[in-house]
Amino acid sequence: MSGSLYEKIGGEAAVNAAVDIFYRKVLADDTVNKFFDGVDMDKQAAKQKAFLTMAFGGPHNYTGEDMRRGHAHLVARGLNDVHFDAIMGHIGATLTELNVPGDLIAQAAAIAESTRKDVLGK
Amino acid sequence: MARITFDNASYDCKENESVLDCLTAHGVPVPSSCKAGLCQTCLMRAVSGRVPPESQKGLKSTLIEQNYFLACSCTPSEDLEVALPEAGKGKIPAVVAGLEPLNSEILCVKLNPVGPFEYRAGQYINFFRDDSTARSYSLASVSSLDECIKLHVRKIPDGRVSTWIHECLSPGDTVDISEALGDCFYVSGNPEQGLLLIGTGSGLAPLYGIVRDALLAGHTGPIRLYHGSLTVDGLYLIDELRRLARDHSNFTYTPCVSEGEAPDGFSSGIVLDVALKELPKLSGWRVYLCGNPAMVNAAKKQTFLAGASMRDIYADPFVPAQP
Repeated sequence: MSGSLYEKIGGEAAVNAAVDIFYRKVLADDTVNKFFDGVDMDKQAAKQKAFLTMAFGGPHNYTGEDMRRGHAHLVARGLNDVHFDAIMGHIGATLTELNVPGDLIAQAAAIAESTRKDVLGK
Repeated sequence: MARITFDNASYDCKENESVLDCLTAHGVPVPSSCKAGLCQTCLMRAVSGRVPPESQKGLKSTLIEQNYFLACSCTPSEDLEVALPEAGKGKIPAVVAGLEPLNSEILCVKLNPVGPFEYRAGQYINFFRDDSTARSYSLASVSSLDECIKLHVRKIPDGRVSTWIHECLSPGDTVDISEALGDCFYVSGNPEQGLLLIGTGSGLAPLYGIVRDALLAGHTGPIRLYHGSLTVDGLYLIDELRRLARDHSNFTYTPCVSEGEAPDGFSSGIVLDVALKELPKLSGWRVYLCGNPAMVNAAKKQTFLAGASMRDIYADPFVPAQP
């Protein structure tokens, strides 16, 4: 099969389907949902769409520095590897629910994983 | 080459240049983040001119209808006048046409704006007491059904604007209001979709407008309105809403009281709990939430977890003014 990872996963339609499923998993997970208390849910959903687009190999302009700055206030509140692992799990589970093949899930997970140091401010 | 007008200044937008890049290159501060048409940080509104459809991808339908767009993904082919979302709150004079109590603490204020005034039922206006004191009130009227615009103003203890409205206004007075604002209103299309509306107190105002607007537009899907207060005395428009439910088989109205035993015809409990107990699965539903901010924020999360898509949830928390 040719084309980029983003095209293979299903492009924008896949991201749109994924964002609600992913955000619901995050909000229902007591490991991480405290970091989302009091945030504007519309803005948060848009940010998650941007993040998932990046993980799916789609167009984005985020730099490591953006990731670092955007999460610094959460690192100050205790964001660590446990939480990052939980989010990684939700990305995988979301893609599984959308019937994305395992090798593509692994590629998306690798992209998300590559942000770990910046997200956690290491 | 398109010209972009912002805040009374015009700039040349180069070929393939986005509105965001054009404005920031000229020193206009427009907030942005992803620059890929996703995060919606660079949301702007086209005051005149048409924006390309790709600059409206992913926006709520109520924002699209008001010509909002994402500046980072807008490479215009025609001239545009644009504004940031918080701009455009100019004052419009309006004459008080009537004042009618709806219950012991909520007053229906009827206004006739001087000159043209466009709005969608469920939007809100800012009501000015003086240059520096204004409060937001939702529009309960429907422009094609009601002659005047109507607000439901609850008297807040020591409220600088609501107390003045309740105690000092008389029919015939001229007051200042803003243009209609906000994205909590009915959009036609998808007439079979279920609509869930939950409000507390005077949060009924926009919902009363939205319900009648949807029925007028020929909405055929179920429309479920839940209105909550501590006691029956806090509810209002009960007879009007029961009549509306009798006349439209797809509309139901459930008044809820959270304190003490509910009399016949009323449900007992917190309005959000009552609604979610009756409608535990909201996949595919459109949701409107208005009133007490704690209720609205909890309801936003609960209805989303119950299956409603984020894009289908419209919320209008009535945040109290800071003294």
